[in-house]
Order: sequence, then structure tokens, then C-alpha cells
Amino acid sequence: MRHGKYRFIIGFLAIPVALYAVLVISPFVQDFQISLTDWSGLTPEKHYIGLDNYQKIIHNNLFWKALWHNVLMLLIVPIVTLALGLFFAFMLNVGGRRRKGSASVVGVRGAGFYKIVYFFPQVLSVTVIAVLWEQIYNPDPDNGLLNSLLGDVGLTSLQQSWLGDPNIALACIMAVMVWANVGFYVVLFSAGMASIPGEIYEAALLDGANRYVTFFRVTLPLLRDTVATGWVYMGIIAMDGFAFVQLMSVNNGGPSETTDVVPLLLYKTAFRDNSQYGMAAAMGVAMLIVTLLFAVLTLRLNRRERIEF
Amino acid sequence: MGSEINRRDAIKRAVAIGVVAVPSASLLSACASSGGGSDKPKADPTGAKTANNPLGVKKGTPLEAFIFKGGFGDSYVKAAETVYNSEYGIKVKHTGTQGLGPKLQPRFASNTPPDIMDNSGADNLDTAALAKESKLQDLTPLLDAPTIDDPSKKVRDVLIAGTVEQGQFGTQAMYAFNYAFTVYGGWYSNKLFQDKGWEYPQTFDQALALGAKAKKENISLFTYPGKYPYYVHFDLLAQIGKIGGKDVLNAIDDLEDGAWQVDAVKQVIGYYEEVAAKKYFMPGSEGMTHIQMQTAWTKGKAAIVADGSWVENEAAPTMPKDFDLAVGALVGSGTSDKLPFGTVYAAAGEPYIVAANGKNPVGGMELLRIMISKKQTDNFTNTTKSLTCITGASEGLTLTPGLASASKALTAAGPNVLNSRLQDWYVKLNQETLGNLTLQLLTGKIDAKKWIEGAQKAADATKADSSVPKFKHV
Repeated sequence: MRHGKYRFIIGFLAIPVALYAVLVISPFVQDFQISLTDWSGLTPEKHYIGLDNYQKIIHNNLFWKALWHNVLMLLIVPIVTLALGLFFAFMLNVGGRRRKGSASVVGVRGAGFYKIVYFFPQVLSVTVIAVLWEQIYNPDPDNGLLNSLLGDVGLTSLQQSWLGDPNIALACIMAVMVWANVGFYVVLFSAGMASIPGEIYEAALLDGANRYVTFFRVTLPLLRDTVATGWVYMGIIAMDGFAFVQLMSVNNGGPSETTDVVPLLLYKTAFRDNSQYGMAAAMGVAMLIVTLLFAVLTLRLNRRERIEF
Repeated sequence: MGSEINRRDAIKRAVAIGVVAVPSASLLSACASSGGGSDKPKADPTGAKTANNPLGVKKGTPLEAFIFKGGFGDSYVKAAETVYNSEYGIKVKHTGTQGLGPKLQPRFASNTPPDIMDNSGADNLDTAALAKESKLQDLTPLLDAPTIDDPSKKVRDVLIAGTVEQGQFGTQAMYAFNYAFTVYGGWYSNKLFQDKGWEYPQTFDQALALGAKAKKENISLFTYPGKYPYYVHFDLLAQIGKIGGKDVLNAIDDLEDGAWQVDAVKQVIGYYEEVAAKKYFMPGSEGMTHIQMQTAWTKGKAAIVADGSWVENEAAPTMPKDFDLAVGALVGSGTSDKLPFGTVYAAAGEPYIVAANGKNPVGGMELLRIMISKKQTDNFTNTTKSLTCITGASEGLTLTPGLASASKALTAAGPNVLNSRLQDWYVKLNQETLGNLTLQLLTGKIDAKKWIEGAQKAADATKADSSVPKFKHV
């Protein structure tokens, strides 16, 4: 049977592995190949020019600026998203006050309703979210939702030209990225919390632990694995940021390139600025390296004793 | 649930990361290098040339059209296609879209482009690069073909002056047929101006005086879309030409050394610096899209916008019925200007291109010939409230207020029509680099001197960049 077992496994794996190789790995190899050429993307001809494209990127201030914005997103967006996701999930599942005659561990009132509301943005496409927020951020004090709200409550001094101000434009876009993703993590973490045995919470409560202690000493350590997975996915979303920046930012990554990100720069290089496909491909390779570095680092940092329960 | 990542988990996750990360890097190549094949033009399926079919379209040969669906929509093209369909016994394959570039670049790379495209919009194909790679059909045969309405006249005889030049990229060949004719300028509500007793300014001083008056009424003098700051350049560049003459503007287009460091530029940029310093630009403009800007303007929050004649169609949903849209000629520094008041910036726009390696380039040109017939141009003008590039095409039509005003301004300008090529020859320079500088100038973050320094530096960098194709006025 042993022999047959391997044949069985290979039979099942062959198709997905082949598909993965053709659809995912081979384009990547081609991407690297294109990055060594001066291809314009408009003709079948291309010439090999060695590492020229990489050299140009290294000396391109715009690229480093865009990469820095990606790194900022990578540092801020996942932390805020996961922290909010954890907080909301905790409140929805464990954070409620004890009510007579109910189970010892409950969420706040209306938890089921909130769970659905948080998940709303997840149902919308990124484009819809970006256009929606473009309207919310409309600086007109009568037509822009955010500014008119601030005006209504008498905070006219806080009214901003949100996406047009170089100091806050990137933060405004990151806020939308957080808004769009938090719901998913609330649901993910809720699922994680549901699998933590209630007895652990009961024991903690009997020992007199309050909500904060329960969260930091019980919930968070037991959710570590889920959080780590979420962290990697969130990091990859933050490394991208293309759609949000492309749709929302003024002057395509502006004002004055303060919101430009590498994928947008790549897109502009490939499709707009005289069709420099070779250069854009080189940026793609650079992106891949940074993303892989992030993933490897995250997995390394997460190596720890496992907790059995 | 476990916290220690064992080998299997690590592999699983690494694969998961790969699934997400690798495609983002390889997306380009995935959609780009799917094709291949030879670069040789395919044999033209040409039919017999007759009086009714001067270009020689072969009946029954398929035709594919990719049309930008922007401010003008695409139904006017569909109307012309209906004529083509019945004439040549096929059904034109029509795609209306807003993003031609990303969709069509791979098809050009694999030598299977559609036959005819309306290459407009923010995500258009780089016409200059395509022309340089000889991927586009030279439209000279079309120019020399007789028109449908009067076979004694050639197509080139009925085009508004400047249309042919607008489609040229440094040589005599015409690669883009710019169908619409756009009049740029300061657009305003005649009703608002009459109610307030204002007059459209002719000089910078008058404009600043109007700004002060308007501010007292809580109306801003100008607004602009910060999301697309190059809208401001419609006025700004042409004003440089009005003050310094066409040569100054051509020198800028030709990327000549020191082209930005002339007196005309200093006067114009200095004027914008002053408007910004006096806070006559509508607050918040820097964060607005063109639609948001137009809405604020039609609501009377700002007096004037720099825009093209498409604004009448685009802003129609929010424009009050009695708005009485009008366009003003270029504001300049005064009588010392090289060109008088009345000078306008007008250019053919909405560039139609025909692929040289397509299956039916002759059919593509024939569709354009149908589109410039009186019946089709009337339809275009009536439905989109815009002029076409055909002389006298608007005759006999009842024009909307904005269109009538644009038409009047164009007639009044006579030979004093300016056209800057920066926006189609050097897209990145105009839209992004100069656009960023302009946004900073209008928000008061930099002064005129910094803007000019930056513009000159950017123009020099573009000139030195070997990856940017260069063009010159012929």
C-alpha cells in the first residue's frame, strides 16, 4: 500500500502544482527576464541590457520615496488594523458584563449586529470603497461628508483638504485601508476566540481577573497563531496599497508624491511614462524581495513554544 | 491551535505568501508577454476602390473598435458604426471603456491590436511611443480621400486649421485624428456675472480686482481640481504664449535650454503666486476631483474655472438651467502682450488612432470618414454639446449657451489661436512633474521663482532622458 499511497498523493498534487508553476512561478521568472531588457511592451522586440534597469532604480529618488511609503504602511496599517480587530473581537465575544442567568463569558449587547456591521466593508470592492471615501474626504464644507460633519458640530477649525494636504494625505489613505480590512479580522479573531475553552475564562474570572487582564493574559497568548497569520496577510495588503492610492490620491500619488507607493510607480512606469516595461519589471522584482523579506522576518519572530489546550 | 510553527505550517504559509506575493510582482509579465509573433504588417484585405468606397474597404472584413467612454460617451461612434455595418455587410465589434492603455498594451505587444481606437482619457495608450515604434497607421490616405457629403472636397480640406498638426509627432505623417475640437479658457456663469455687475477680466490686474470684489461676496475667483492639477495648465501655458508669442510656447514644447526662464513665464507664474497669496483660489480645491470642482463652481462658490469645452456636457448634471455658461478669452498682462485680448487656446482633441498591424486598417479609416459626414458631426454636436474638427460643422444647429460662446470666441480669435503640445508630447512632464509644482504654487507652498527653477530642471531632465521620445515643431 505504501507505494500506492505516494502515487495517490502525486496524482492529486500534480495538477495544482502544475497550475501553480504555469500561472504563478513562470510569470515571475518571465518578470525577472523582462527586467533585464529595454522592452517597451509595445513591440515583440526586446534587447538585453543587463542590470541597467536595476541601476536606474537605485538612483531614482522617486522609487525610494515610494518604497518608504510602503514601509510606513507596512509598519502602521497592520498594527492598527490588527489591534482594532482584536479589540472589537474581544468586546464582541468576551468583553460583556456578566448578566444573571447567562453564560459566564459573553460579548457586549448587540454583538451579533455589530459583527455584521463590521463586516460590511469586506463585501464592497476596493474601488467602491475608494470612491466612497473620495466623496467623504471632499474638502467642500457643504458637500464633503467629513468636513460638513465637523462644521455641524462646530469644529470648523478641524476642516481639512484631506487628500490635498501633503502632511496628512498618506494618513488619510491608510485610515481607509484600516477601515476596509478591520471587519475581516474581527470575524477571524472571533472565530479564534470561540475556540478558546470557556473554562479558562471562568477560571480567570474566579481568580478575580478583570477584562484587561483576561485580554492580555488569556486571549492574546492563545490567539497568537491567528494573529501571526493575520499579520502576514495584512502586511502583504499594506505592501500593495495600489488601488487605494491610485483611486484616491491627488495627481496620482500626490500631492507632490507624498502618497506614491511602489506598485503605483510600477504601474505608471509600465503603462504611462513612455511604456518602460523593463524598468517596471525590475520594480516588480524589488517588490517581491521586500515582500519575501517581510514574510520571512515575521515567521522567524513568531517562533515560540506552542501552548497546548 | 498551536503557537509553535512546525515545518508543515511554515511550508503552508510560505506557499500562501507566494500565492499572494508572486503574482503582484509578475502581474506585468503575465499580461504582457502572452503573445509574440512577427512584426510584419499583415496583408491588407483591400477591396476595389470605387467612388463610394474610395479607400477600398473589402466587404465583410471584420472591424474592431475600442472607444474611450468619457465625457462624450461612445454612442456617437455607435451611430457611425451602424452606417458602416449596412455599407460593408458586417457588424463592427465595439468596446466602450475608460482604460485603454492597460487593456490594449498586451495586444499591441502581440501584434493583435483592434483596428480603430479613441485613445483618450487618463489611462490612454502612449500615442507618442506607439507612433515612434511605427505601430500606427499613417492617416494620409484618409486626408486625401473625398468626403461623403461633397466628393469634390478632400477630407483635409474640411478640417479646422491645426487638426492635422495636432496628429503629427515630429514628422509629416499624421498618426492621430483628433475628432473633437476643444476651446479652452476661463468658464463662468454669465448669469452670476450679470447679477453681480461683473465683467470678465482682460488683464491680470483686472482679474485681481475682480478677485477682491468676489471675496467680499464670499465667492472665490478661481477653483481647480487638485486631483488633476494640470487643468490649470490649460490657461497657464497659453497665457505664456499670449504674453511672449507663439515662439516662446514652441520653445517650451521643444524643450529648448532656458525656455522657462523668459520674462513671459515670470509674469504668468508671478500672477498665479499673487492669486494664491491673496487667497482667491477656493479653499480645499487642492483635494478635489474635477467633478467635485465643477460642482462647487456650478453652485456659485467660485467664479471661474480653467477648463475645456467638454465642461458643458460633463457638468450638466449639477448646472442650473439658467447658468448661462460662457467662456472668456485668455487673461494677460495687458497691451504689451504679443497677442491681443481675444486670443484663445483651442486644439483638436479626442485622438482616434488606427493600428498599422490591425486586421483592417482601411476599415478603420473608413469609419473615420463616415464619422466626419455632416449627419454624424451634427449628431455628435447635438448629443455632446461639443464642436468637431470639421469647419462649419455647427452651422444650422441650435447651439447650447456654452457651445455658442466657445464658437463665438473661436471666430473672434481669428488667427490668434494657441496650442501647447506639452500635454501630448511629454505627458509625465506636464501632468506629474509640472502638475506637482503647480499644486504647490497654488497652495502657497512654493513661490514663482521656485516653480520656474523646478520647471526648467524638469524640462532639462526630460531632455536628457534617453527613454523619452523627443518631438519638435515642424
